Amino acid sequence: MEQSIWLALLSTGVVAGTPILFAALGEILTERAGILNLGVEGMMLVGAVTGFMVTMSTHNQWMGLLMAIVAGGLMALIHAFLSITLRANQVVSGLALTIFGTGLSGFLGKDLIGVPLTDTFKPIPIAGLSEIPWIGDILFKHDALVYISYGLIFILWFFLYRTKTGLELRAVGENPAAADAAGINVFAIRYACVIAGGMLAGAAGAYLSLAYAPSWLENMTAGRGWIAVALVIFGTWNPLRAFLGSFFFGTIDVMGFTMQTIGIQIPSFFLKMLPYIFTIAVLIVVTRETKTRRVASPEALSIPYNREER
Amino acid sequence: MVEMINITKRFPGILANDRVSFSVKAGEIHALLGENGAGKSTLMSILTGLYRPDEGEIRIQGTPVDLQSPRDAVAHGIGMVHQHFKLVKPFTVAENIILGLKGIKEVYNLKSIDESVAQLSREYGLHIQPDSPIWQLSVGEQQRAEIVKILFRGAEILILDEPTAVLTPQEAKDLYKTLRKMADLGKAIIVISHKLSEVLAHTDAITVLRGGRSVGTVRTKETSEMELTRMMVGRPVMLETVKNPVNRSSKVLELHNLSALGNRGQFALKEINLDIYGGEIVGIAGVAGNGQRELAEVVAGLRAIERGQKKVDGNDLTLASPKQMIQAGVSYVPEDRLGTGLVPNLNAMENYLLKGVQRMPSGFINWKQVAQETAEVIKKYDIKVPNPKNPVKMLSGGNLQKLLLGREISGKPRLIVTMYPMRGLDVGAMETIRSLLLQERDRGAAVLLISEELEELFALSDRLAVLHGGEVMGVVDPHKTTFEDVGLMMAGKRMAAHG
Repeated sequence: MEQSIWLALLSTGVVAGTPILFAALGEILTERAGILNLGVEGMMLVGAVTGFMVTMSTHNQWMGLLMAIVAGGLMALIHAFLSITLRANQVVSGLALTIFGTGLSGFLGKDLIGVPLTDTFKPIPIAGLSEIPWIGDILFKHDALVYISYGLIFILWFFLYRTKTGLELRAVGENPAAADAAGINVFAIRYACVIAGGMLAGAAGAYLSLAYAPSWLENMTAGRGWIAVALVIFGTWNPLRAFLGSFFFGTIDVMGFTMQTIGIQIPSFFLKMLPYIFTIAVLIVVTRETKTRRVASPEALSIPYNREER
Repeated sequence: MVEMINITKRFPGILANDRVSFSVKAGEIHALLGENGAGKSTLMSILTGLYRPDEGEIRIQGTPVDLQSPRDAVAHGIGMVHQHFKLVKPFTVAENIILGLKGIKEVYNLKSIDESVAQLSREYGLHIQPDSPIWQLSVGEQQRAEIVKILFRGAEILILDEPTAVLTPQEAKDLYKTLRKMADLGKAIIVISHKLSEVLAHTDAITVLRGGRSVGTVRTKETSEMELTRMMVGRPVMLETVKNPVNRSSKVLELHNLSALGNRGQFALKEINLDIYGGEIVGIAGVAGNGQRELAEVVAGLRAIERGQKKVDGNDLTLASPKQMIQAGVSYVPEDRLGTGLVPNLNAMENYLLKGVQRMPSGFINWKQVAQETAEVIKKYDIKVPNPKNPVKMLSGGNLQKLLLGREISGKPRLIVTMYPMRGLDVGAMETIRSLLLQERDRGAAVLLISEELEELFALSDRLAVLHGGEVMGVVDPHKTTFEDVGLMMAGKRMAAHG
C-alpha cells in the first residue's frame, strides 16, 4: 500500500516534469549560444493551443505536435530578430514575447475551453524495461513523448560536448568575438539555437494540452515556462542535470494530490505554491554558488554581439 | 614572401594608409613601428583580410592575391596574434585550436588532437599543455596558445600586435627567442610595436609609419634609437625627461598592512605597506592583473578594505567613502578615461562640473561660471575641443586625458592616483601628461603612478614599488636599479627594500 503510493508519486512526477524538461532543454540550447529568452511561457502557451487546435481538426496528435513545434519556432523567430539582428534588450524582448504569447493563445483558444479531445498521447509501457521493479514503474510506463524527452537529453548532451558544431555553439555563447575571428557564423548559430529552443518550448506546450491535461485552458502553463528558465540555472546549463531538476519539480508539483489521497490535511493553496517556492529557493542557492565557484553561466549570455564594437 | 605595394585605404574623413609599401622576407623578423594612428593597424587589417584596400596590390610568394575575408588570409598562410587574445576561456587549449578549423570531423577525437598540438608545440619550443583550460593559464601561456593556434592552421606569415605589452621583461625575451626559432624555420614574422628598445634588440628590419605613410625601411643593425625616433615623430624629441630634484615634504598617504578582496572574492591585495610623501612620484610596476586596479580603487575609496589601515595626512580614512576621499584631497585618474573617468555622452562642461558640483552651494548650476572655468582648463592645457557642447566621446584619447587630468588638477589635490595615464597616447600628448604630473609633484602633491611601461616608470618615479600577486615585492630607487631586477620582481622575486 505504502509502496504503491510512492511509486505513483514518482511516476506522475516524471510525467509532470516532462513539459518542464522539454522547455528547459530548449532554453539550455538558446542560452548556450548566448541568448536569454524569457519568452518560454509565451511560446509554450502558443504551442499548447496550436497543438490542441490542429489535433482537433486533423484527429492526429502527431500532426498537432508538429504544428506546435512550428508555432514555437515562429514565436522564437520574433525574439531572434529583435535580440540578434536589432540587438534589443533581451530581457525586455523575452518578457514581451511572454505577454504576447499569453494574449494570443487566450484569443485563439477562447472557443476551445472545456472541449474534450480523444486523440491524445496515451501511455505505452515498454516491453521488458517496464517489468523492472521500481524503475520500470517510474520511468517506462508513459507515453511516447516522455521517451522522446529521455532521448533528447542524451542527444543534446552529446551534441553540446562531443561534436564540432556543439563546440562552435558553446564558443559563440562564451566569446562571440573569438568565434567570429575563427570563421564561425555567430549570427547563424544564434538564430538556429533560438529557433530550436522555441520549437522545444512549443513541444512542451503541446505535451500539456495533448498528453498531460489533455484539454485547453487559458494560461494552462501556470508558470511552468518560468520554472524551466530557473531550471536551466539549477542545471548549470547541462542537459543531464536539467533532467534531475525537472523530475524534482514534477514530483513537487504532483505532491499535493498524493498527500490528499493519503489523507494529510494541508491547505491546497500552500501545496500549489510549493514549486514556485522551490524555484525561488533554488535560484538563491545556485546564485550564491555561481558567485563563489566556477559553475558560471555562458559569459556572453544576454549580451548582443556587434562586430564593429570589438 | 609578402609584398604590399602602394596600399591606400580611406575611411570617411581620414586617409589611413597613403601609398604604403612594405615587404617581408621568409626567415626575417620585421618590425612595424609607429605611433598610435600612424596606420599600422589598418595596414595589418588589410593583410589579414578584415579591410579591403582602395588601391594597391598584395603579393604572396610573388603572386598577386585578393584577400576578401579573414578566411582567405588564413588560406594564404597569414595568421595574426591580436593584442586582445581571441580565446574562449572555459575551453582547453586544444579545443580553442580546433575551433572553426576545417577538416575536423563532426564527432572529433580530442585525445589525438591533444597529441598533434603537443607535437607541434614541442617542434617550436612553445611549452603548453593542450588539455588545460585557458582560464587557468598565465597571460604568457595564453599568448603561446594563440601562436600554436596560428601555426596549427599552417601559417607561414605571423603577425603579432604589441606582443610584449602584457609580458614581463623575461617573458618578452623568451617570446623573441621563440620568434627567432620560427624565423629560422622559414617563417616570416611581423611585429607591430612602439617600443624602440625592444625592436632594436630583436628584429632584422624596421619599417616606420607616420601619419598613414611609410617613412622608410631600415636594417636594424644600421640604425639607432635617435634615427628611429626622428622617423616616428618627424622631429627630434627629448627622450630624457628633465626632472627637478625630489623635495619630499610630509607623509600624505599611509597604507598599513592593508588587504582587500578582488572581484572574484579572493585576496587581490595582501598586507600592503606603502607610504607616499608630498612632492614625490611613487611608481607601481607589475604585470597587469597583479593588484594594480584594486590598489588604485582602495586608495580612491571605491573598494572596501578588508584588513589594515589607510591614512591621508595623518587622518584615518580606512572606512571613508569616495566622497570623503575627494574631500581629503585624493584625486583619481582611472585607467578607462571614457567610463570611470568621464561620462561619454556628456559634454566637456558637464564632465568638468561632475567633480565640482559640491561647489554649487545653492543646488542650482551657475552655467556661466562653469563655462568660464572649463574654457580656462581647455586653454591652459591646450585641449582640442571643437565645441565644448559636444559629447566628450568624440574627443581623441590625448584630449580626453588632458581634460580629465586638468579637471582633477584644478582642485589642487594632495594626492593624485593615476593608472596607465599614457596608454594609447601619441608622443605629443605623452609629453604634456608627463610634464603635468611632474608639475604637480613640484607643487607638493603626492603622485601614485601605476603603469606597465617600465621606461615611463623609470623616467618619472622617485621611488618604484613592484606588485606581484597582490603583494609588494619591494620598493626600489629607479636610479639605482636595472630593468632586469624590476623584471625579476614582477615575476615574483623579493628584493630587500631600499630607497
